[in-house]
Amino acid sequence: MAEVKLFRAWSSPFPLRIVWALEVKGIEYDMIYEDLSNKSSMLLQYNPVYKKVPVLLHKGKPISESLVILEYIEETWKSKTPSLLPGDPYQRAMARFWAKFGDDKILPLIWEAFIKQGKDQEEALIAAHENLKYLEVELRGKKFLGGETVGFADLTFGWLANLVSVFEEIAGVTLIDHEKFPLLLTWMKNFMDAPKIRETWPPRDKLINHFRALRETLIAKEPK
Amino acid sequence: MAEEVLLFGVWGSPFSRRVEMALKLKGIQYKYFEEDLTNKSPTLLKYNPIHKKIPVLVHNGKPIAESQVILEYIDETWKGYPIFPKDPYERANARFWAKFIDEKCLPGIFNACWGEEKQHENAVKEACELLKHLENEIGEKKYFGGEAIGFLDIVANFIGFWLGIFEEASGTKLLTREEFPKLSNWVGVFVSSSGIKENLPPARDKLIAYFRSQFGTGSTDATK
Repeated sequence: MAEVKLFRAWSSPFPLRIVWALEVKGIEYDMIYEDLSNKSSMLLQYNPVYKKVPVLLHKGKPISESLVILEYIEETWKSKTPSLLPGDPYQRAMARFWAKFGDDKILPLIWEAFIKQGKDQEEALIAAHENLKYLEVELRGKKFLGGETVGFADLTFGWLANLVSVFEEIAGVTLIDHEKFPLLLTWMKNFMDAPKIRETWPPRDKLINHFRALRETLIAKEPK
Repeated sequence: MAEEVLLFGVWGSPFSRRVEMALKLKGIQYKYFEEDLTNKSPTLLKYNPIHKKIPVLVHNGKPIAESQVILEYIDETWKGYPIFPKDPYERANARFWAKFIDEKCLPGIFNACWGEEKQHENAVKEACELLKHLENEIGEKKYFGGEAIGFLDIVANFIGFWLGIFEEASGTKLLTREEFPKLSNWVGVFVSSSGIKENLPPARDKLIAYFRSQFGTGSTDATK
């Protein structure tokens, strides 16, 4: 039994970041799948504040919040390469800045554009594109945000690589088009092809069914 | 090359004061620029084009934005006073609670003070539930960082000082000694600590008036 356990839900992109980090670094772990509609008492005990996945359990001690967990993994398994963060403090600050930008701006706006319709969707898409422009510029001359190998910021944006096409298929809208964001689309392909990444993705048809059902539920709840 | 450290901030902002606290604890010389948020300087917009916000730290010409990212940078760049704990689990814990403060407590407290009147009771209840987590986290410790001020204490400056300002400005009392004896103790110790007390905004009345002018006189009729 591994001394590292990861609580995850199969469809959620946040625990997938941790799966990627553990796999890429070759750290042994046990996976515990949660049913988010019926959370285990263990999950509630280990993450009483948010009651969410992912939770990493290391030697019995729980850590929550995916970006906090990534930093913990990097600091705890120092000798395991590749490093997720560069050595230089300024480059580390940039990685953290971009990761935060992704979660604070890009993710919520793309999600809005996915679950909304009509004018709301249009506005969310415009705002998403305004912010994605910064990412497009940041990718100039880079294979990954982390340089030559996948790093902290890449893992944080990784959900774009496997979920954007799922969202586009379900909602029938182009979220990231190749004319406006050629570097981003190249990055998504490079990320997909990086070691250990695609092999851990949930199956696409399952993701489509799951997010389609979720979108329909959310749309039904919208006030008319 | 002589080192150059610039800080762009606003006198009444907890976010820029966090950075000042960290720089002063480390004994770093810096040049401070007061920004007018209604008329942002071209320099600020150049250094933080994405968010256009303060604080921004510029170290030898390289800008870093986002207060928590800046604090990590400061601790990694300059030795001397340690802002973060050494142990990876304790560091994860500090980061977790810092994220909780900025992502949950701040909006929750703001909502309780200045949200819709008809939601006021619920908003107060929710804000107090959030503060309860911090009450449990401080426990019997002198500071969140243990025996000395650390990263989490600096991030919690909002709770330490600005919460009281918000309470006075809006007429909504949240942090009572009866409900939060430990957190109240921490507040008292924090604001009188050397390294912190000299760095709190002066002109308390001016700050209260400022928040009232920005957000109104509050969700309750208590002090109208």
